[in-house]
Amino acid sequence: MRGSFRKLTRRNEPYIFLVLLALAILIEIRSGQFFSPNNLVDIASALIVPGLLAIGAFMVIVSGGIDVSFPALASLTFYATTKSLLDINYQGGVWLAFVVSILTGALLGAFNGLFIGYFKLPTLIVTLGSSSVFKGLMQGALNSRQLTTIPVGMREWGKRALFVARNPVSGLTSRMPVAFLVFLFVLIFVYFLLRFTMFGRGIYAIGGSETSALRAGFRVVRTKVLLYVMVGIIASLAGLIRVCMMQQAHPTNMLGMEMNIIAGVVLGGTAITGGKGTLLGCMLGTLLIVIVENSLILIGVPTSYKSVFTGALIIIGTGVSAYQSRGGRR
Amino acid sequence: MAESLLKAVNIYKSFVGVEALKNVTFEIKPGEIHCLAGENGSGKSTLIKIISGVYTPDAGYMEFEGRRYHKISPIDAIKNGIQVIYQDFSIFPNLTVMENLAFNSELADRRKMVSRRRMRQIAEEAIAKIDFQVDLDAIVGDLSVAEKQMIAISRALLFNTKLIIMDEPTTALTKREVSNLFRIILRLQERGIAILFVSHKLNEVFEISQNFTILRSGERVASGSTKELDAKKFTYYMTGREFQEYRFEWHDKGVAPLFSVNNIGIKEAFSDVSFSVHPGEIVGVTGLLDSGRSELALALFGMRTIEEGQIKVKGKVVKITSPRRAIRHKIGYLPEDRLSEGLFMSQSIADNVIISEIDRLSKVLGIVDRSKKSSEIKHWVKELAIATPNVTNACQTLSGGNQQRVVLAKWLACNLDILILNGPTVGVDIGSKHDIHRILQNLAAEGMGLIIISDDLPEVVQNCSRILVLKGGRIVADMPSSESDEKTILSYML
Repeated sequence: MRGSFRKLTRRNEPYIFLVLLALAILIEIRSGQFFSPNNLVDIASALIVPGLLAIGAFMVIVSGGIDVSFPALASLTFYATTKSLLDINYQGGVWLAFVVSILTGALLGAFNGLFIGYFKLPTLIVTLGSSSVFKGLMQGALNSRQLTTIPVGMREWGKRALFVARNPVSGLTSRMPVAFLVFLFVLIFVYFLLRFTMFGRGIYAIGGSETSALRAGFRVVRTKVLLYVMVGIIASLAGLIRVCMMQQAHPTNMLGMEMNIIAGVVLGGTAITGGKGTLLGCMLGTLLIVIVENSLILIGVPTSYKSVFTGALIIIGTGVSAYQSRGGRR
Repeated sequence: MAESLLKAVNIYKSFVGVEALKNVTFEIKPGEIHCLAGENGSGKSTLIKIISGVYTPDAGYMEFEGRRYHKISPIDAIKNGIQVIYQDFSIFPNLTVMENLAFNSELADRRKMVSRRRMRQIAEEAIAKIDFQVDLDAIVGDLSVAEKQMIAISRALLFNTKLIIMDEPTTALTKREVSNLFRIILRLQERGIAILFVSHKLNEVFEISQNFTILRSGERVASGSTKELDAKKFTYYMTGREFQEYRFEWHDKGVAPLFSVNNIGIKEAFSDVSFSVHPGEIVGVTGLLDSGRSELALALFGMRTIEEGQIKVKGKVVKITSPRRAIRHKIGYLPEDRLSEGLFMSQSIADNVIISEIDRLSKVLGIVDRSKKSSEIKHWVKELAIATPNVTNACQTLSGGNQQRVVLAKWLACNLDILILNGPTVGVDIGSKHDIHRILQNLAAEGMGLIIISDDLPEVVQNCSRILVLKGGRIVADMPSSESDEKTILSYML
């Protein structure tokens, strides 16, 4: 009992959870709005895109790498998908959009995986480079500009709601998008993958020690290439969902998201050196960032100060986990 | 005599024109404990990698139980019952003991899905083979070095193992852990498992192995039964040089001490420690790993601050609260772990040598005087015979002994009065060890005061004029080395 308690206090998730709870209660006391049904649905819906991206970033960090190219990758895939479907004047369902973006996402992910897996180049350098390449392709080859209309299938799917939550006091309503199911599916899928397959354990093993993984018989190159293909697919899903939810395709809208996403992942206790971290912690960290980004306005913090709070949170949060791991070694 | 388990015959191997192995022949029989010795760069690791299938020999062949191979893959080697335990143990520090134990066999069975029940069974089977008690759910990174090694050994036994190759297995172990390891090796031997033990530590070679092979510059210089080997021959085969053992002597000329400590202590580390060091004297401090010797070393250099007592330099009471202050009082410190504490491994040898005197070499505005710098570097590289083709090479290109010389040079460049050395020859080969000892004795002869903190008893006895033994944070013995020997020191330590 005491042993398991000590194990619990050495982990990050309980702390993040407590901080989340404290923040929620603070907002509730100040505004009375936090636990209202429509606010909770708003937060869940705001979590979809960052949540998906965080799952991808999390897997890469666990494998001992770091990926900064996923927003550019997502942008290129959603722009290419939307543009091509518009060009052929596609009137059918959303499924084709999913197929096209998953294929492009996988292809672009494989591009990262090729350089990182086969040529063994440092992940930060490769993804900085590929990030530039993806942006360049989008802006140059595809001559990107804002697309104010999107194919009808995507538009309708983006508007479809699982249910609608209503604030009993103000009467405001919020829709829970169907896209939340995609997020849940990916989350559960990756959870099982990481926990119950040798491929998933291989990602942790490589993050712990790549040499040991090679000697133990893990197929390190194949694991890495597949990993980046998967991260490409997940990022492309996030991009497509973003377009569907916003009802328009804004090519530069997602660029620059990587910092807050990675911060959320690290905040959730994922070791930036690789090998350590849980999907639960990663989600809690991301949720914390989402709440700070979305709900500070409820307690009267001007939106212009949002980044100050996010920054402080990141420093304190990562500081605590760094301090903990140092304490563990002594 | 039984048939040999493994034979490597007339092996040649070169890398980009450098011959790593020249006509080396090696043989081991079932259940034999064989020691492979040689200095750094002698070709030991190349030979191991050829036996385990990592490298392909340029010429020569191998025989496993009579089956002849010209080249083998790592998988062939494992199928033939060969397991290598590398110095880093090939573990995953971030994962549990169970996963570390079970992954190899799970992967060998080409499993795709994880079954925790099956993995637990495998892990339990593995640790039972050597009666190793450990919490299977513990994270391996939290375990001691010895426990990590036990994990590597028990994991190796899961395969139908006939030969275990251990690459310098005792490097990071305490004395007790080493004897425990030896017990396990003997038990494996009873089961008919052969052990190839790579080491350059003399006493271990004599204690554990039946036969030996010594490599020097890629050639086999000697092999045979350990019974016919003695310390002098061993050293000669290893280095190709004959060494005279100089025992350090110091005569009190009534000069005031350079450095003295009175009743210093740090809570839960050591207490009531008093001693003094005179010019030209070498004081040895020894004790087991948990005796407080490391903490004492750190305190003398200001990396930890003493909580009681006082430190005097040349008769004046001083406060040493940081390494910077210690350096200002002309105290230098050669750390236990030179890799992480003493050197900038990826920086050049040249920059490492002058780093501690960088303040003295700079002109106005802190710009470094280049000509002064290069003359300093030349001087020290020559003085300490650091073997390198180019001083701009990174420090990590040097062997352990040469790295230690760089650390020494770095401090000597500062004109120190007092030098504290913590394990000065850990992981250094025999030739360099002798050279370093000579350098230290010469420094003392020039009037410096030295403190050697070491658990290498022959080193302490040979090089120190006085020996303090720490146990449980207190000095339990303080004697001139002329009146002490390893046995008496050991009896105080335990």
